[in-house]
Amino acid sequence: MIRSPLRALHRLLAPAAIAAVLAGGAVPAPAFAAGDAVAPKAVAWTFNGVFGRYDYPQLRRGLQVYNEVCAACHGLRLVAYRDLAAIGLSEAQIRTIAGDKEVAGEPDEEGEPTVRPAEPKDRFVDPFPNVQAAMASNNGAAPPDLSLIVKARGGAADYVYSLLTGYVSEAACKKQFKDSQGNPLVPAEGQYCNTYMSGHIIAMAPPLTEDGQVEYEEAGAPPASVDQMSKDVTAFLAWAAEPYMVERKRMGIKVMLFLLLFTGFMYAIYRQVKKDVKGSA
Amino acid sequence: MSTEAQGAPRNRTLKWIDDRMPIVSMTEHALYYPVPRNLNYLWNFGSLAGLSLIIMIVTGIVLSMHYTPHTDYAFDSVERIMRDVNYGWLIRYVHMNGGSMFFIVVYLHIFRGLYYGSFKTPRELLWWLGVVILFLMMATAFMGYVLPWGQMSFWAAKVITSMVGAVPLIGESLTELLWGGFTVDNPTLNRFYSLHYLLPFVILGVVVLHIWALHTVKANNPLGIDMKGPQDSIDFHPYYTTKDLFGTGVFLLVFAAFVFYAPNYLGHPDNYIQADPLKTPPHIVPEWYFLPYYTILRSFTDDWWLFQILLGWWGMEAKLAGVLAMAGAVAVLFVLPWLDTSRVRSAKFRPVYRVFFWLFVIDCLILGWIGAQPAEPPWTSIGQWATLWYFAHFLVILPLVSRVERPRPLPHSISQPVLGGGAAAAAAPMEASR
Amino acid sequence: MADTASTDAAGPHDDGAGRRDFLILAGGAFGAFAAGASAWPLLDSLNPAKDTLAASTTEVDLSPIEEGQAITVKWRGSPVFIRRRTEKEIADARAVNPDDLPDPQTDEQRFGTGAREQWLVVVGVCTHLGCIPLGQKGTDNKGEYGGWFCPCHGSHYDISGRIRKGPAPRNLPVPPYAITAESKLIIGVEQPKGGHGGDTA
Repeated sequence: MIRSPLRALHRLLAPAAIAAVLAGGAVPAPAFAAGDAVAPKAVAWTFNGVFGRYDYPQLRRGLQVYNEVCAACHGLRLVAYRDLAAIGLSEAQIRTIAGDKEVAGEPDEEGEPTVRPAEPKDRFVDPFPNVQAAMASNNGAAPPDLSLIVKARGGAADYVYSLLTGYVSEAACKKQFKDSQGNPLVPAEGQYCNTYMSGHIIAMAPPLTEDGQVEYEEAGAPPASVDQMSKDVTAFLAWAAEPYMVERKRMGIKVMLFLLLFTGFMYAIYRQVKKDVKGSA
Repeated sequence: MSTEAQGAPRNRTLKWIDDRMPIVSMTEHALYYPVPRNLNYLWNFGSLAGLSLIIMIVTGIVLSMHYTPHTDYAFDSVERIMRDVNYGWLIRYVHMNGGSMFFIVVYLHIFRGLYYGSFKTPRELLWWLGVVILFLMMATAFMGYVLPWGQMSFWAAKVITSMVGAVPLIGESLTELLWGGFTVDNPTLNRFYSLHYLLPFVILGVVVLHIWALHTVKANNPLGIDMKGPQDSIDFHPYYTTKDLFGTGVFLLVFAAFVFYAPNYLGHPDNYIQADPLKTPPHIVPEWYFLPYYTILRSFTDDWWLFQILLGWWGMEAKLAGVLAMAGAVAVLFVLPWLDTSRVRSAKFRPVYRVFFWLFVIDCLILGWIGAQPAEPPWTSIGQWATLWYFAHFLVILPLVSRVERPRPLPHSISQPVLGGGAAAAAAPMEASR
Repeated sequence: MADTASTDAAGPHDDGAGRRDFLILAGGAFGAFAAGASAWPLLDSLNPAKDTLAASTTEVDLSPIEEGQAITVKWRGSPVFIRRRTEKEIADARAVNPDDLPDPQTDEQRFGTGAREQWLVVVGVCTHLGCIPLGQKGTDNKGEYGGWFCPCHGSHYDISGRIRKGPAPRNLPVPPYAITAESKLIIGVEQPKGGHGGDTA
């Protein structure tokens, strides 16, 4: 069916290769194109591990970074404004954040569509009305929604943080990375080079570039270095992806302890019964 | 069912009921039916499989009350379950990981049967019903995986349903029938949801038959010899009920560790991206429990020498051969009782079979490992050799081994596993009171 | 598990010791707790979810509503009748002796006094069997007491939404609501203490 001259091509064109798999069934599935994915930097997140917790002041700083930097292009459509109460925002603060956005209201008496300010019960309003608009405004690549980005990427929070801090200059790019033909990698117009992106080419301009780009409002906030802002917004997105994580881990401890006791008891009963009915323990 | 051994209940109300429907004596039968006294912990996995099925049905029913089977809403409705429904995240994570737990338990149950020859006379029907359950589980799990409508859901559905297109002549019409459209879309999601709800109850029905057959032919045991009298058996209750409850505790500990501390470990990150019919993820992999079959499917390429020798000559397409091989990998279990003709059941007394059993286990692990690798050298050829070994194990090795092998002598009875008696034999008189 | 224990005692295996009985009882308690603890999340998941609860307030702008005019809005999936009552209607509602009513309640108890009293806010679901009473439109049958009339089984409500005649057992319920200084009605929350509505004449 499909022979070797085409093989190089599939690796470049994943959809084409899949179409070929569907049509031919036996053609190699596409591999990781550049094949040289870099392992993300490991960060000691507060939410790592069995007893991991979110650091709520950090999440609030991350929300600020999201609102002031990311929200211009990236949605967060699965998170509701009311959910922000869980990271310590007051009803008034939530209403202020929501009230800046507009959502579709009920049609008026004449049947004309209306808009109303968003309320706490609404979910985060997307920056673009539809995916076509998102693509048109972003060089053809729609910015992904961030609600689940941490769960939707291998490497999770480490990956997101690494990506935010993993931009390299065009010169370094040429030196470090190769394209699928083995030539030095050169980002095209409107593209950027990033160590951690699969294939090292990314359409997103570096979002966090200067220290102090976001002015942290809360008392006691650390200096808003690029690294700190990247960590904060990543932590916020980790929360956005799994707001129930703390509850999950907390319940897990209780359940595991109970099950340990239960299992121990059942083992004792089993040994006793074994002695009773088999005459040997 | 055989209720005469226990007799009718003494309590008048219970007797009244029992005369009209022998539910009381059936329960008694189930509790006190004789089981070989020497079962090891590998025999726990049957009851654990039953428990898994019940957990899946109960959590599934609750999830279905919150889920919307529509391409526009499915993904969001699952996230609504995770975020807004009370304990929704818990119920969904239990269901999601429960599928994997169910397969782990069932695979161990099957390998136990292979090792101890539980498929041999008189347990062929019991074995067949088990293989039917495995097929139904695979179908249910596959369709369930489609429901969250993530990227892996969609592309798994697309790739697997496209296999039907390999059927000669009617393949294309059959695929459209399956899809209810020209690709995997809303009609497909709807019917998968319906079937995903239905099939577990079919499984439940076959499980009842499986247990019925078990109670008729009685459990096999590590020695693989028949029970010769009451000294060889023990009542199911309380000995095996308590042993099963202990096993349940251990099982639930493992289960809970996944649900609470690694809920997405067995999943794929891409399934947290909503399905996009226009964009394939760079690296499609099925759930871990399908990986070995996936390797077998992918092994059949035009340029594989085995394919060329065996099937290419006949004009068969590699795609069809792969699909048939994948189905055959499970279907071969149906004829297993006639492939392995050795009269000795347990591998304990079959030195040669035992070696090949473990080679087969390793082969299955290799098949699983290759299934997660990209389809390129050297993985492809390793997978092809492993596929060859898989079928050779059943179709060539087992028939040969069962003819050539000289089994070690079997013990006289379960209560006297070692000739000349031993601890168990000494214990036997204590059972006389029963 | 309790059954198991008793079956055992009567059965042929009655050679256990106290230790075994204790273990079985304790094990049974563990099992019962486990069953209960795992049943609760399943049951609680059927309660209203967070988004349902969050969507349980409805906001209405009252400023365009004229005296004697009524509107219907949806709150928690049911109609809420809002009526800006005239002086006469308020007086009529207050002239009734509550002791003569099937479900004794004064109009003041229902809607308060001051600026609040002219706003009638009731859940428009007949307390008999859940039909929607007529009376919101000028052309509707308003019943014998000039309020609302439920066509299903003939319940008559007065201009305070109180049951006067017919099978309905209780008055039309008054939902929790708050009126803000900007004449905004929020159904689903209590009037905050020291808030508006009662004192803006």
